[in-house]
Amino acid sequence: MRVLKTLLATAALATGLGTAAIAEDKTKVGFIYVGPVGDGGWTYEHDQGRKAVVAEFGDKVETIYQESVPEGADAERAITQMALAGADLIFTTSFGYMDPTIAVAEKFPDVKFEHATGYKQADNVSVYSARFYEGRAVQGHIAGKMTKSNIVGYIASFPIPEVIRGINSAYIHAKKVNPDVQFKIIWAYTWFDPAKEADAAKALIEQGADVVLQHTDSTAPQAAAKEAGNVVTFGQASDMGDYAPFPRVSSIIDDWGPYYVARTKAVMDGTWESVSTWDGIGAGMVGIGEISDAVPADVKAEAEALRDALADGSYHAFTGPLNKQDGSAWLAEGETADDGTLAGMGFYVEGIEGEIPSN
Amino acid sequence: MIRLEKRPQPSKLWATMTPVLAVIATMIAGGIMFWMLGKDPFEAIRTIFWDPLFHETFGPYSRPQLLVKAAPLILIAIGLSLGFRAGIWNIGAEGQYIMGAICGAAVGLAFYPSESILLFPAMVLAGAIGGWAWAMIPGFLKVKFGTNEILVSLMLVYVAENLLASVSQGLLKNPDGMGFPGSRNFRDFPAAYNTDIIEGTGMHWGVAAAFIAVILAYILLTRHMLGFQVRLAGEAPRAARFAGVNPTRLVLFCLGTSGALAGLAGLFEVSGPSGQVTIDFNSGYGFTAIIVAFLGRLHPVGILLAGLLMALTYIGGELAQLMLGLPGAAIQMFQGMLMFFLLAMDMLTHYRLRLKRPVAAQ
Repeated sequence: MRVLKTLLATAALATGLGTAAIAEDKTKVGFIYVGPVGDGGWTYEHDQGRKAVVAEFGDKVETIYQESVPEGADAERAITQMALAGADLIFTTSFGYMDPTIAVAEKFPDVKFEHATGYKQADNVSVYSARFYEGRAVQGHIAGKMTKSNIVGYIASFPIPEVIRGINSAYIHAKKVNPDVQFKIIWAYTWFDPAKEADAAKALIEQGADVVLQHTDSTAPQAAAKEAGNVVTFGQASDMGDYAPFPRVSSIIDDWGPYYVARTKAVMDGTWESVSTWDGIGAGMVGIGEISDAVPADVKAEAEALRDALADGSYHAFTGPLNKQDGSAWLAEGETADDGTLAGMGFYVEGIEGEIPSN
Repeated sequence: MIRLEKRPQPSKLWATMTPVLAVIATMIAGGIMFWMLGKDPFEAIRTIFWDPLFHETFGPYSRPQLLVKAAPLILIAIGLSLGFRAGIWNIGAEGQYIMGAICGAAVGLAFYPSESILLFPAMVLAGAIGGWAWAMIPGFLKVKFGTNEILVSLMLVYVAENLLASVSQGLLKNPDGMGFPGSRNFRDFPAAYNTDIIEGTGMHWGVAAAFIAVILAYILLTRHMLGFQVRLAGEAPRAARFAGVNPTRLVLFCLGTSGALAGLAGLFEVSGPSGQVTIDFNSGYGFTAIIVAFLGRLHPVGILLAGLLMALTYIGGELAQLMLGLPGAAIQMFQGMLMFFLLAMDMLTHYRLRLKRPVAAQ
């Protein structure tokens, strides 16, 4: 009797394992993109991350993606369809997918979700983002040194903490090396719109800016700067190396590959847990693109030293003394900003002119 | 030799046939494009037109989604078609859609966390008024100063977009949102949430409103004096004037109705499928509805079918990206082809093709 029971149990176990093995033969990883994969910036880098997953696991994974998914009602459907298509892990790669991701995750408790740049977590939803502001610090330093007109133009996308943090970080470090520097900021209200971005860049250049920073994803501002001839730019999200060595003198590169590989691995091993990740230069999620020879050697050396200090943690991009725009004290001498304040940052630091729209 | 000959009267047969032909031509040309992209054209066409309805995994989810996607398109297109028939061109439905959403959502959010059953009806009313008021601007300027309603209504779309950006970061921003833009989510606010009337069918109040709009528009155009005036003003403006049609009243009626319907669509969308006011809440329904109106021959029943077809290409297109890895741009091309073929085939309504033997030289 006992023997029979054991036999049956073994058989059941074997069958169970058998089906599980077939089902998990290939791990299906889905990606929801806000722009086209060929945008040369934000979505391009996420797609590079997807390719890194394919390169790492080969036949063991199948990746699917949908590009140019609007942030809104359509996103929820796109994510649901991806879950229905059998995805085990879904990366939703833009802030506007936050609520849709949470809503779909409730309906598919067995599927793992990873939402980029948001703040809502759940048992099966992780959040991840990169400390791009560390890269902005290096950019600000170079910008402050390179500008001759002392006017730095900034093409901002949406007035969310992510973008405001970048402006503050760039400004603080430009001001540090050039007390006369002034920032002119244009809000483009888009992540990717070459025509709008080009217009914004031209407007900034007409206003005397000879350095243009961008928080939008196309190379249109680079092209506008190239046409103007004497304007410095930085690659955004992707290296934009086609415009090196000038106007593009350096870049902030998002490197999602290692994170995507690690999270896919965790799903395969069954060790996936909901986490909140915010990595910077040190962990390799933010890369500083090759600083070109258009930058004087001493400036380049300083910028690289700053990069290394940010990477090993010996320096924090938001270190006091710092005041808010209205003059009220924010950080005391030597004090560094806490992650909570940075995550919800809705104010400019002292010295930046203009207002954050509707704040 | 093939020669074009103008028909004495537009052909009724061809007017109904051209949308069908346009769809078939799109399938053929689209199939060739998919084949050139290295995909099986039959599989691609099947994924776009068949799978959203009958695929065993996706069907049950996609079928209700068709209604969700088609409802705002139909609602807006019905309103637009009235004006288009009368020669009044409201191109700014997108702006009226946004304003309806903002006004309706504002009423709901102002009473958070009320549980009153009157709240949702009040929001619906506010949404309609918001869209109506936004359309009244080009309407008023047209009847008072003779401005061009195409330009004014279109320009107001951009004004509305900026207002939307402003309120989602200011006035209507979620106080618990940690400084991020976007309003509270209506999903967590039951009294103001535009939920499914019957669970799981996708039949939210906006879908019901779209069906009602189709019926009312049909009655208006076939049975009512005002509907007759609308048709007359478009087909024979001189005759309309002699018949005593008041152009001012007609302009205000057509723009007002289309604005109110667009506003309603916006409200139902923001309080339901979308769930919150965000910076880029609008996703082009107001413009796509123009295509739907023409694809449906400006006829209420035609618009109903055209809206569903358009929704099918959207959802099927998404599935094709997902299952076959087709690029997003190819799907947009495919939708563009549909519009192109429709306009091209339109020629057959007004002209006939004649085979003509070359005349022998004398």
